[in-house]
Amino acid sequence: MNLEKSLRAANRKLLIPYVTGGVTANWTDYLTAYAQAGADAIEIGLPFSDPMIDGSTVQRASDVALERGTTVAKILAEVSTLDIGVPLAAMTYYNLVQRTSPDAFCRALAEAGVGGLIVPDVPLEEAAELEAAAKDNGVDLVLLAAPSTPPARLAEIAARSRGFIYAVSVMGITGERAALADTAGRLAADLKAATDRPVVLGIGISTAEHAVEASRHADGVVIGSSLMRRVLDGATPDEVRDWLATVRTALDQEFAHSLLA
Amino acid sequence: MTELSPLPRFEVATAMSEPSEAGRFGEYGGRFVPESLIPACAAVEAAFRSAWADPEFRRNLDRLLAVHAGRPTALTPSWRLSAELGINLLLKREDLAHTGSHKINNVLGQALLARRMGKTKLLAETGAGQHGVATATAAALLGLEATIFMGSRDIERQSLNVFRMKMLGAEVVPVDSGSRTLKDACTEALRNWVAQVDDAYYCVGSVMGPHPYPWMVREFQRVIGDEARRQVATELTTGVPDYVVACVGGGSNAAGTFAGFVDTSAQLIGVEAEGGAAVAFGRVGVMHGFRSLVLQDDEGQIGEAHSIAAGLDYPGIGPEHAHLNDSGRARYVYVNDDEVVAAVVRLARTEGIFAALESSHALAWIIRAAGTGELPQGANVLMTLSGRGDKDISALMEVL
Repeated sequence: MNLEKSLRAANRKLLIPYVTGGVTANWTDYLTAYAQAGADAIEIGLPFSDPMIDGSTVQRASDVALERGTTVAKILAEVSTLDIGVPLAAMTYYNLVQRTSPDAFCRALAEAGVGGLIVPDVPLEEAAELEAAAKDNGVDLVLLAAPSTPPARLAEIAARSRGFIYAVSVMGITGERAALADTAGRLAADLKAATDRPVVLGIGISTAEHAVEASRHADGVVIGSSLMRRVLDGATPDEVRDWLATVRTALDQEFAHSLLA
Repeated sequence: MTELSPLPRFEVATAMSEPSEAGRFGEYGGRFVPESLIPACAAVEAAFRSAWADPEFRRNLDRLLAVHAGRPTALTPSWRLSAELGINLLLKREDLAHTGSHKINNVLGQALLARRMGKTKLLAETGAGQHGVATATAAALLGLEATIFMGSRDIERQSLNVFRMKMLGAEVVPVDSGSRTLKDACTEALRNWVAQVDDAYYCVGSVMGPHPYPWMVREFQRVIGDEARRQVATELTTGVPDYVVACVGGGSNAAGTFAGFVDTSAQLIGVEAEGGAAVAFGRVGVMHGFRSLVLQDDEGQIGEAHSIAAGLDYPGIGPEHAHLNDSGRARYVYVNDDEVVAAVVRLARTEGIFAALESSHALAWIIRAAGTGELPQGANVLMTLSGRGDKDISALMEVL
């Protein structure tokens, strides 16, 4: 399923939940649960031993998954059997991508039905080879923008990103925060001014309240660590679905209000 | 018209000069960091270029290296060991530098740079603790804060250096993720830099990390090679040694040493730990912001290095070393823990010098190779003795 087309067609604020592939034996049940809760796309983490942009929750999820013998091939094999009606994007680090080759990696994603790819340790300067490989295989390479990104660079990221633009809300790593960072709104606004491609805020979006506040500036949110904390603490797919559904409802209510206003 | 001499098999003019604009040494290096850190890396690069071209910065650094670090360090002929091995072995004595290793050369340069950039805090990773101690020292000297990330396993192995860092006023943060050693400390330092990039300067300890660090750290360490080049010229009638040997973890003392001899006929030899031999057993990968040779499994998960020397417990190697290996200008070999321990003892008993386990990798290879085709009888050999062994006493008490 094409990631960007699908996101552009959604007539609501985008909700993109994250799960670490292989974190539990039944991890794909969380994908189904996310879809039932109203996800517009799902981000699947392909676990790496040295996740540079991840905080302790996703680190732990990655370690647990790797200890279970999780590999990229196993995750993609499981994903390819699913039919949940929601576009999928893989999130991982460049060492896993280049181990075979960017082209072989993107082909494997496409064959498994994963239409997007997020690689946070590949900035613009290093992206050319991966961009070409993703394009050749019909995979949308999502680029990240940060609060520290200067304006000219933001414009280039907006122009070269596919699927959506991942706006990193805070100068920091993944993990739950008490409040939405005040850098989030300005970054989303600057990106919205630079592109008509969906702008999605992620990192530190921990609660329904954060999601609602972020959605006032951006087209949607990625929620990762607060979900993975629940999964690691043993929450069932149904329990996680019910919590995520409250975020969906809050986003939809806010969106309805904004249309009326 | 003068006759052109035949081309050498490597280009002397470009070997160990600047990397490409993208920070590449051949196919290695680069800047594989999250977008959040790109402006910070660019700012470090711009500041370094400006500082390195500024005579006042160079004068200030040279003065600190002289009056604080105790440079130049001695070049010591090893009379008794040379006689035993049938070679002429000269030791570049970085163990005599302040804080006990070559790490101070780099740290004084980067700490001055951090202050020039208006930063108030140094972040650093450390394995054996030598870079951490050097960073804590420079921070104290220049009135900066220091936070040192150290794997919890290394903290257990190197309690003496942990205490030294705290004495110097640094905060030591234990890292409990992954293998709880140097590679995890590097990852954690990068994570923390993202969150405090306005005030903090990441003081990388070796020729690794995103551009410009591999190049900048080599430039700050080239004082080893430049000094040795002048010192060797007065010791040897040939002017330059036949072999230049240094240990390699990330590879900063080797890079600094090689930089002084890359344009000579000397053979350059880097010695890795068997359990961390990225050139012998690694494959091309991307870690900690750069592309190089990295120990990893078939999936691309980073391997854990194992060495009795915590400072060489690193699964990668600096990108310029990977390039020097590809070009054939330097050769990389490895030795095992037993050979290293034997080398520590032998140097202590023949020369009265107690070398660090890291540095003793270079000596262990020399001892093994001396008199063979790899290092023939009568060869003139320069070895960088990168640090002193005091920190290793408890590790050695366990095995001796």
